[in-house]
Amino acid sequence: MIRSSKRWQALALTAVAGLALSACGTTDDGGSDSSGGGGDAGASPLCGKSLAFLGALTGDAGALGQNMVGGIQLALDEYNKDNADCKIELKTFDSQGSPDTAPGLATQIVNDDDIFGLVGPGFSGESLATGKTFFEAGLPSISPSATNVTITDQGWTTWHRVIGNDDAQGTADATYLTEKAGASKVYVVDDGQDYSKGLAGKVSEVLGDAQAGSDQISVGQTDMSAVVTSVKAADADAVFYGGYYTEAGLLAKALRQGGWKGTFMSGDGSEDPAFVEVAGPAAAEGAVLSAPAAPAPSDFGATGLYATQAYDATNIFLAALEDGAETGEEINTFIGSYNEDGVSGPISFDDKGDIESSSIYAYFVKDGELDLENPEQIQ
Amino acid sequence: MKERPLDFGALFGSFDNFMSYTAGGLVFGAIYALIALGYTMVYGVLQLINFAHSEVFMYGTFAVAWTFVFLHGTGRVNQSLGEALPVLLAALVAAMIVSAAIALLLERLAYRPLIKKGAPKLIALISAIGASFALAEAMGLRDRFASWVGLDDNLKNYVVPGKARDVYSNPVSIQPKGLFDIGGYSVTDVDLVVLFAALAMMVALDQFVRRTRFGRAIRATAQDPESAALMGVNSTRVVQLTFLIGGLMAGAAATLYMMKIGSTRQNAGFILGVKAFTAAVMGGIGNLRGALLGGLVLGVMENWGSAVFGSEWKDVVAFVLLVLILLVRPSGLLGESLGKARA
Repeated sequence: MIRSSKRWQALALTAVAGLALSACGTTDDGGSDSSGGGGDAGASPLCGKSLAFLGALTGDAGALGQNMVGGIQLALDEYNKDNADCKIELKTFDSQGSPDTAPGLATQIVNDDDIFGLVGPGFSGESLATGKTFFEAGLPSISPSATNVTITDQGWTTWHRVIGNDDAQGTADATYLTEKAGASKVYVVDDGQDYSKGLAGKVSEVLGDAQAGSDQISVGQTDMSAVVTSVKAADADAVFYGGYYTEAGLLAKALRQGGWKGTFMSGDGSEDPAFVEVAGPAAAEGAVLSAPAAPAPSDFGATGLYATQAYDATNIFLAALEDGAETGEEINTFIGSYNEDGVSGPISFDDKGDIESSSIYAYFVKDGELDLENPEQIQ
Repeated sequence: MKERPLDFGALFGSFDNFMSYTAGGLVFGAIYALIALGYTMVYGVLQLINFAHSEVFMYGTFAVAWTFVFLHGTGRVNQSLGEALPVLLAALVAAMIVSAAIALLLERLAYRPLIKKGAPKLIALISAIGASFALAEAMGLRDRFASWVGLDDNLKNYVVPGKARDVYSNPVSIQPKGLFDIGGYSVTDVDLVVLFAALAMMVALDQFVRRTRFGRAIRATAQDPESAALMGVNSTRVVQLTFLIGGLMAGAAATLYMMKIGSTRQNAGFILGVKAFTAAVMGGIGNLRGALLGGLVLGVMENWGSAVFGSEWKDVVAFVLLVLILLVRPSGLLGESLGKARA
């Protein structure tokens, strides 16, 4: 008896230790071994150093971060193939998209002398929570995906984004709903996060009298029956949801199952095939998901939303490197004057770090699948 | 965005809306109630809160989705309840087995060693919280476990390498059919099944505890473990049985939940666990009928709160209500313990 109970304990201990070990492994997936800096005497001192990625790789919106890392890795692979004597590595920091986790990782990033630039942060909440840290450390950053308007109002001169902000998207979405979809009563729902409230707030503002009501759910909520009743009670002919694909999918599913027949629209946080998986093909049918991002070119080697932006952001850093920038300040100056066509569109930055021209596209769910190839440009 | 005013009109202004909010709340309340059973049974017998019960439920939801992937494949389709029924029954069995197995494992690893050594209840509580984290994280890292044994390719539809922590959906989306309307709420076949299955299981369990030999042993142990042991009741067996029943009910709840919601994730148990625990306390913890009443009241109150204050306030409404009920009736609505149930 005693022997057997000891064995159970040993087993449990091993299991726990295994968990702890693998949990440690999740924070830093990227190759952290910098393979012997440079070689040539004339090579940049940044050779062999790293770019960092900060964003969600796991958790509720982990799919989006995985897309970004795919884009970054593609750009790095291309660069490293051509510059075998000056390889650049990627270090990933998984914030799970949480503004509570990100600041600790930001401190790690600025204290790591190997890191000369940041692609990220992924989301708006974590960008607001970490921007000051990066700004004070002078680490230049380019976000592929953080769209909240207020981030670039903070005066963080090292902070840039290669994606249009929520003002542009919210305006385009509201206009699409009233003019193209012919909605006159739009019910606006968000999940209370920085990004979501920003986008939904802009949509509400532009809608004006065409807004039939609003509600706020919480992240992780699965029972949407109260929202469905409110939407139907308001006699809404369209719903706009600001938030991410899990709750968006559940809301669309509950609305359709409740017999509601209007237009369902959401923003870039929901523009992921997982939206259709969660909602089910029937409930997702006809949903409109906007994103400030053109579809990737057909020969592009990475997939998913934000992959092209992440690819472009990485290439800006690599271009700075080839241009001879060595310090954070020099890289930052280079980014400020950058003006090229990326795969996601023309890229140049204004004084605040916002991209100067951006287009908003509406993607549609057709025949039970999110059609990523034929969006309609709505701005 | 427009500030939302207090909107009593939304709830009480029209009978249709009122019934609609209520009906929606009842359906989810039934799921709360089934999960609450696990908390209440274990508390009744051991005076312990089994905080890992939410994970017992979560494993059940995955068992349901996995059964569909196994029997149906990953092609995403819509099916009516009737079409999905055979696979759904298989999924019910699988979920009940998986949940019960996890519950028994918990009892064996996280409780029995502590109870044997006469550890204080607080220690068992911490052990439960630890077990809860370990189970949830193990599910979130299942892709890594699979890759350690080299099975991640074979099992990629189940472990989803790289996205194990992400939302995991049942490939078959069960399309409910509206049967009739109560107010503005279209009552569907899925809603009715959820509600009646929950009620039927409650009644069956209640009768089991009140009328059978095993039930008598459970009640005896709940009342006075030492006297029960002296009368020849095997208390270890009774505790095992209690966990087993809690696990079976959680598996059933998981199946109903997946019918209605259709997707889960490694932390799906957390919020539902908190709600179910609240329901158990509200109804009177240790009381089976209390768990049912507590679950339904909580579900309805959340929806009423959403209607009047907005959905972001639903938890506030639910928990304020809990505090008020406990102030007036400290032992919950039906405040009777498992041991005092009469045959």
